[in-house]
Amino acid sequence: MSDSFVVQIHNLVKKFPVGGDFFTALKNINLELNHAEFTGLIGPSGSGKTTLLNIIGGLDSPSGGNVNVLGSDLGSTSHAERAELRRTKMGFIFQSYNLLPVYSVFENVELPLILNKIETNERKRLVEQAVGSVGLLDKIDSRPAQLSGGECQRTAIARAIVHKPALILADEPTANLDSENSHQIMKIMGRLNNEMDTSFVFATHDEKIMGYLRRIVHLDDGQIAKDELIENPQFGEQS
Amino acid sequence: MIGFLIKGIIRDRTRSFFPVLVVTLTVAMIIFFQGFLTGIMNSMFLDSAVVSTGHVKVMTRAYKEDSQLLPNDLALLDTDQIINELQKDYPDYFWTPRITFGGLLDVPDEKGETRAQGPVYALGVDFLSTDSRQFEIWKLDNRLANGRLPEVPEEVLLSTTLANRLDLSLGETVTLIGSTMYNAFTTYNFTVVGTFKLNLGPVDKQMMLVDIEGARMALDMKSAASEILGFTETLLYEDKATVALRKRYNENHGASADIFSPTMMALRDANQMGTMVDFSNAAIVIMLAVFLVIVMIVLWNMGLMNGLRRYGEIGMRLAMGESKGQVYRSMIVESVIIGFIGTVLGTAMGLGITYYMQEVGLDYSSAMEGLTSTDIIMSNVFYAQVTPELYYIGFIPGVLATVLGTMMAGRAIYKREMAQLFKELEA
Repeated sequence: MSDSFVVQIHNLVKKFPVGGDFFTALKNINLELNHAEFTGLIGPSGSGKTTLLNIIGGLDSPSGGNVNVLGSDLGSTSHAERAELRRTKMGFIFQSYNLLPVYSVFENVELPLILNKIETNERKRLVEQAVGSVGLLDKIDSRPAQLSGGECQRTAIARAIVHKPALILADEPTANLDSENSHQIMKIMGRLNNEMDTSFVFATHDEKIMGYLRRIVHLDDGQIAKDELIENPQFGEQS
Repeated sequence: MIGFLIKGIIRDRTRSFFPVLVVTLTVAMIIFFQGFLTGIMNSMFLDSAVVSTGHVKVMTRAYKEDSQLLPNDLALLDTDQIINELQKDYPDYFWTPRITFGGLLDVPDEKGETRAQGPVYALGVDFLSTDSRQFEIWKLDNRLANGRLPEVPEEVLLSTTLANRLDLSLGETVTLIGSTMYNAFTTYNFTVVGTFKLNLGPVDKQMMLVDIEGARMALDMKSAASEILGFTETLLYEDKATVALRKRYNENHGASADIFSPTMMALRDANQMGTMVDFSNAAIVIMLAVFLVIVMIVLWNMGLMNGLRRYGEIGMRLAMGESKGQVYRSMIVESVIIGFIGTVLGTAMGLGITYYMQEVGLDYSSAMEGLTSTDIIMSNVFYAQVTPELYYIGFIPGVLATVLGTMMAGRAIYKREMAQLFKELEA
């Protein structure tokens, strides 16, 4: 695999058993995502974008074809190896934030570092850096219940980037946010993409996101209908 | 990670307070249940111990061989010295001499002619010596039907049944006709000062209780006794300890070939008492096992509820790269922490209640009044008993059942479809 690719997919097929038959969710997908790309998987419900995100994230296995993510051939790796890949090299952002309610912002962001067995002082430094980068240092001791939706998603972003992953997968990250917060979140992620050289992949059908993406992969009925590079995104370089 | 988990447990009351409360109450109930059952069983054993077996008893080997014949010619001699040695060697027990004898009880009329006569089963008990606890352990204050307790060796108590059969009144003189320990004929006069009702089935139907000095005078058994009975200071029977004591004593006194050398028997060695002890132990174990299974189901259910409530958290952790095994193990660690804290609290609470019930007891006198005419052997006051195993038995349900419940409930983690995580976490 070339060093410039974080994801290489060749002839990916994903089938789900339905009754006595199979439903083909992804059909012969070929896709290469470059290092530090800011990519959206766009499509209507049932188009296969979440399934593709699952497979890239090692949460699901392909039925056919090859999927290579960050140098690992997901077709030949074990559950434990895929878990390690997610833990060390990937970050996840969910639509519903999924913060742990009894922990503070600091502790929520700290969790990936604990899982990666990072030493305490280093953890503190990295957490403060990540929380600072999303502008939440003044809320670092707050619990999720004390935060707004936008602040919760910023905390989730800090949690996704704290261990400096090479790839961040975000599933509908702005679906629960109002317009202002959605733009704010996208600006933060765009800036982090530039600063950290981290690749972002979004699964979304939120129009508000489109203007920030530098590459849009349109999915329809399990196939890539269109793959477009956006030279000049609507909202420009996020800084 | 453990520190992280502990923080979560402390802060999340539904993960800490409620489960700890369930474990605490469960463990406390089990400990009290065990202590109370043991106490009731011991109360039953104490009745047998008081009348005939002691918790342990010492007699000559020859007496032991023919004990059913009450062979007082084979009795222990110099019992004061033996008792002093026993008290010195085994200070957790108190030791008391006992003479068991039979004979004929003759009731004379005013002319000295026999008015009534009948067989008697008599016990010479050390009622009157200083520091004697025999009135206490016989519970004669409660069991006295008429009259008063003996104050001198020549005064006796008769069972109500025997007194009625012989048509005796208090203050009348009765003559014991029997044989001395030297097999000589003897007659001895006693004054009946009271009647008692033990409610111990056929045992007390022809029973006479006399101070041991009176029995010694009647049977010419100076300083002798059929047996020396030993009771734990707490009056609570501890089978293992008692059997160990008997073994130790007999090993120390087993070298002699003298048939008059002392030998010790434990309560369980008496007729069918071993079966009774084993049965009661088995009954307690079975009841506790059933209780344990129920508790495990409750704790399993608690683990399931906890797992369901934390479905999102677990999914998020799996997505972030924790392996299923890590998540599973962390839940088990949590359950160990919860189980341990709950068990310690529950053990303290259970011991406290058990100790209170050991001291105060549960008085069933009013409920038992209806049973006074029956032959059921049952104490009116049930006491619990604090035993050493109560200090650790709670860890079985408290920690083990909590962990097993969590392990069973946690299997759902392995069945979870990773591919559904994003969808599930959107909820």
